[in-house]
Amino acid sequence: MADEPIIDVRGLGKTFAVRRKAGRVRRRREDVVAVAGVDLQIERGAMVGYIGPNGAGKSTTIKMLTGILVPTIGRVRVDGLEPSRQRTELAGRIGVVFGQRSQLWWDLPLRDSFDLLRHVYRVPAPRHAANLHRFAEGLDLGPLLDVPVRQLSLGQRMRGELTAALLHDPTILLLDEPTIGLDVISKEAVREFLVGVNREQGTTVLLTTHDLTDVERLCDRLVIIDRGTLIEDSTVAGITEQYGTERTLVVDLAEPGPALVIDGATVTRVEGPRQWLRFRRDAISASELLSRVTAQVEVRDLAVEEPDIESIVRAIYSR
Amino acid sequence: MADALVALGVWRRLVGARVRADWQYRTSFVLFLVSQTLIATLDLGVIAAIFGQVDSLAGWSGMEVALLFGLAGVAFGLADMLVSQVELASKHIKAGTFDLFLLRPMPTLLQLSASEFALRRLGRVIQPLVVLAVALTFAPIRWSIEAVLLIPVTIVSGVAIFGSVWVVTSSVSFWTVESQELGNAFTYGGGLAAQYPIDVLGTWLRRLFTFVVPLAFVAYLPAARLLGRPEPLGWPNAVAWATPVVALACVLVARALWALAVRHHSSTGS
Repeated sequence: MADEPIIDVRGLGKTFAVRRKAGRVRRRREDVVAVAGVDLQIERGAMVGYIGPNGAGKSTTIKMLTGILVPTIGRVRVDGLEPSRQRTELAGRIGVVFGQRSQLWWDLPLRDSFDLLRHVYRVPAPRHAANLHRFAEGLDLGPLLDVPVRQLSLGQRMRGELTAALLHDPTILLLDEPTIGLDVISKEAVREFLVGVNREQGTTVLLTTHDLTDVERLCDRLVIIDRGTLIEDSTVAGITEQYGTERTLVVDLAEPGPALVIDGATVTRVEGPRQWLRFRRDAISASELLSRVTAQVEVRDLAVEEPDIESIVRAIYSR
Repeated sequence: MADALVALGVWRRLVGARVRADWQYRTSFVLFLVSQTLIATLDLGVIAAIFGQVDSLAGWSGMEVALLFGLAGVAFGLADMLVSQVELASKHIKAGTFDLFLLRPMPTLLQLSASEFALRRLGRVIQPLVVLAVALTFAPIRWSIEAVLLIPVTIVSGVAIFGSVWVVTSSVSFWTVESQELGNAFTYGGGLAAQYPIDVLGTWLRRLFTFVVPLAFVAYLPAARLLGRPEPLGWPNAVAWATPVVALACVLVARALWALAVRHHSSTGS
């Protein structure tokens, strides 16, 4: 039992029937394949990033793991249960955060939401108090507990959502875009907290994200889905080494000029005084590159662009 | 059973949270409460106007009709407050928030009822409650222990029957969102129809409201029993006591259909 993967997905597929307009009154039924033959085993206590472009099938997979959606084909086991048949039982063992949808009570203080969830999940009062104390500390929620949710900033609310998802001690935490829209400091706070939860409670974490930094900071393993199929499943280090090595330094020069010629980088775009320099981070550091640039021209402003998921997916296909 | 009681306890807390949240917008709450009470009183005005012209309706005197009106109105008002909000399921499905209900270890109907609970609907209960009190005082009721028992049983059953109608029409809306208007014909239309002696309805409607949507059991048959009137359908007089049985059957049908609707939602995702 302990050696069995906590999430065990085999040959999983989901096809939606969509009615499209065909003429004034007629509707044509069309099958849209959202997930096609996904195999995924996740061991207890792992932190796995599940990424892919929009519409790749991430959310559909997550919904099938929770039992919200019934698979068209294939087998799903989550913590030994079959989600679509044992949804209510499974609900007590999983915590879910949808970045876009709040499960908090909008007009009530944060504390009230937590108290209501305690009753919904039937958590004994002492355990609830202990958990709330720990999470409030870890996420610095103390001063926010008596503030109505609608008055919280996005970052503050997300910390509330995480607490709400964890108060009943789930064995699995499913996060759908947990850092979307957050500022850098909030993102970092959320990540640090998640690492702690995973390490201390052994909570298995599966997260979807658009932010590769989330994955690098949090996950040991990275699974990439595109058009309903897994196209990559390996360690994070392996994938970033292979595909995520190219970064871009964007510089605003004091004056517009011709494309710079710098050793270790190539200019990919010039727009007035702004130039884009692509470089390999294993070959040269950003600061080293910057000093080579400033040796030639005066720089007003700069930014470093990390590779995004779309570019990695492109790279995987073109391999 | 114990499980159901715990679930109801949680429901009560969720309702409390909703009421506390609404209370932050008091003015709108009070205005709505007043308007709901006024609207409910209009229904009464219609009946009063009828009795301004005639002395009896299908052989029922004004006070007798008031008893009918009170029983049906209280049951309808309570069902409206406790259950009618399940028709907002389609709104939650569109917004994606229905998924959140599915992710919690609590029946979806209870969560929906609590999250959309509106205390201001109490306005629809107050007025029929007053009418019922007046009718119980002045109508020619044959008082007995049986009669005293029959009144609360009738009201609870009536809430269950009206509530079931709402759950059924809301379930249908999982397949076709456009069914809302048709659903209203059964819920609000039924609420109105139950306030009159069904003798005034044509045979066809009378059968519909006895066998398909069993509204005759909500008030008409129990009221006939309370007043010692002969059963108009020629049934044994004790048929009034079939009301709780009919109510239970309605609840079971509604629950099964709701479960089917949720399963449909889980396989289509819409």
